[in-house]
Amino acid sequence: MAVSSAQIYTWLERYAGIVAEQKQYLTGLDAAIGDGDHGINLDRGFQTVLVKLAPVRDKDAGTLLKTTGMALVGSVGGAGGPLYGTFFLRAGAALDGKAEVSDAEFVDALEAGLKGLQERGKANRNDKTMVDALAPAVERARQYLGEGAPLEEILAAAADAAEEGMKATIPLKALKGRASYLGDRSIGHQDPGATSSYLMLRALSDSLAALPQRATTTTT
Amino acid sequence: MAEAAVTTRLKKLINTPETEVKDALAGMAAAHGDLIRVEYDPNVIIRKDAPRKGKVGLVSGGGSGHEPMHGGYVGRGMLDAACPGAVFTSPTPDQMARATAAVDGGAGVLHVVKNYTGDIMNFEMAAELARGEGAKVNAVITNDDVAVQDSLYTAGRRGVGVTVLLEKIVGGCAEAGADLETVTTLAKKVNANGRSMGMALTSCIVPAAGKVTFEIADDEMELGIGIHGEPGRERTKLKAADEIAEILTSTVVKDLPYKRGDEVLAFVNGMGGTPLIELYVVANAVNRYLQKEGIKPARWLVGSYITSLEMAGCSVTLLKLDAETTKFWDAPVHTPALRWGV
Repeated sequence: MAVSSAQIYTWLERYAGIVAEQKQYLTGLDAAIGDGDHGINLDRGFQTVLVKLAPVRDKDAGTLLKTTGMALVGSVGGAGGPLYGTFFLRAGAALDGKAEVSDAEFVDALEAGLKGLQERGKANRNDKTMVDALAPAVERARQYLGEGAPLEEILAAAADAAEEGMKATIPLKALKGRASYLGDRSIGHQDPGATSSYLMLRALSDSLAALPQRATTTTT
Repeated sequence: MAEAAVTTRLKKLINTPETEVKDALAGMAAAHGDLIRVEYDPNVIIRKDAPRKGKVGLVSGGGSGHEPMHGGYVGRGMLDAACPGAVFTSPTPDQMARATAAVDGGAGVLHVVKNYTGDIMNFEMAAELARGEGAKVNAVITNDDVAVQDSLYTAGRRGVGVTVLLEKIVGGCAEAGADLETVTTLAKKVNANGRSMGMALTSCIVPAAGKVTFEIADDEMELGIGIHGEPGRERTKLKAADEIAEILTSTVVKDLPYKRGDEVLAFVNGMGGTPLIELYVVANAVNRYLQKEGIKPARWLVGSYITSLEMAGCSVTLLKLDAETTKFWDAPVHTPALRWGV
């Protein structure tokens, strides 16, 4: 199975909707250990993404992802802008010009995004950051791909791994970002960046599973 | 607790949270058109006569909500441009890239960046963009907040009060025609010789969030706060101003450490919601402590210069002075928020 650029658009649109819905929840998580703006900033970013994607929505996967990255870099600010922005820019660069993306290429693109994000943020696993959700997800996707699983299973497993990674941030002490100023007081709180990262991967899994059905209903 | 409940409500002189930054920028442009010009999308405050040929450009930026920092420091003898982000959110790379291009008079540009994860990353991306366009860009990072442990286990110390002093001193040096390396070296020296610590009596309300960032009882204070309403190092019972000033000053003095015979610039800063009379009460106690330790406060700055919206509280910054830093501190400055010698 392959991923179409239409599916990628569906993913981004769905995630923008989820960020808008979960804005207060994400901001509340951030208020506990950061400065209480994660949901607000990410929502502003993804509303910009929707505007910027509209004129290019029929283009290739690389263009969609790079446009998303540029929109986030230019509108989110904070740490979330460069981190999410770099993730999408690098993933997009890996899929440059491709309208259809193989499963392996798609997992490669997610991995390229993660690598870029880690270079930008210099965070490792267990620092209580986005990486704690994204790194296990990419690892699990890679494993399922190697076992020859279909794409829906690969992405569902990746989202499950991200969810586990997100929950595992609760007992961690933050070593990066503003939460690190709290020292031990950051323990016991779920990381907001890991949470939005998980939501992004769950949106990916859900939208790719859902789209073939939707495509059938709209063409009949 | 009826009084505490009032402070948790959004009661601000704004139109909407979304328009606050732009409305304020337009107000600055109207009030200070003789000193600055304002560009929108990307939002940048630029010195009116920039770029000045052969002068090193000084660009800073950060989240809004810290006024007068940074926009209030754009003008002769201080910054050439400032990039205001959303409230408490670092600006985006396109803003700093535009600011850099707008003030580059051929002698290069220095970015003054406070040590916050988001600010660092956005300025890094901006410097990459600007260098791609052929600009010569250096960056200096301020990290003077002694309340944060500087270790591998944190994002490092936050940039706070020293940022204001650095922008003034380094701005004076750039105005005098120094080259980029000289300006950069001085900036690093100022940061290395400065230390700060702050405290809060109340929290603040980020308009878009609509409620206080942290709850604090009427008889409590938060020691070691930053400038974003984030909780600090320790929550304690409220003490008298003298005692609070001594805690802040002694922690700062012991950190560098400042020694008997040192000359310092003493900066007592209000967090936004504290009246000047209280800052002078603090300044009095800071002075007494410094005299007792044999440290000479050769220069003073007292007022609200790096704020955290309507947070009540203060910070104390000390900067060890030498002939060079004193000369550039005293040099003329003409900006919306600081003006002397002109």
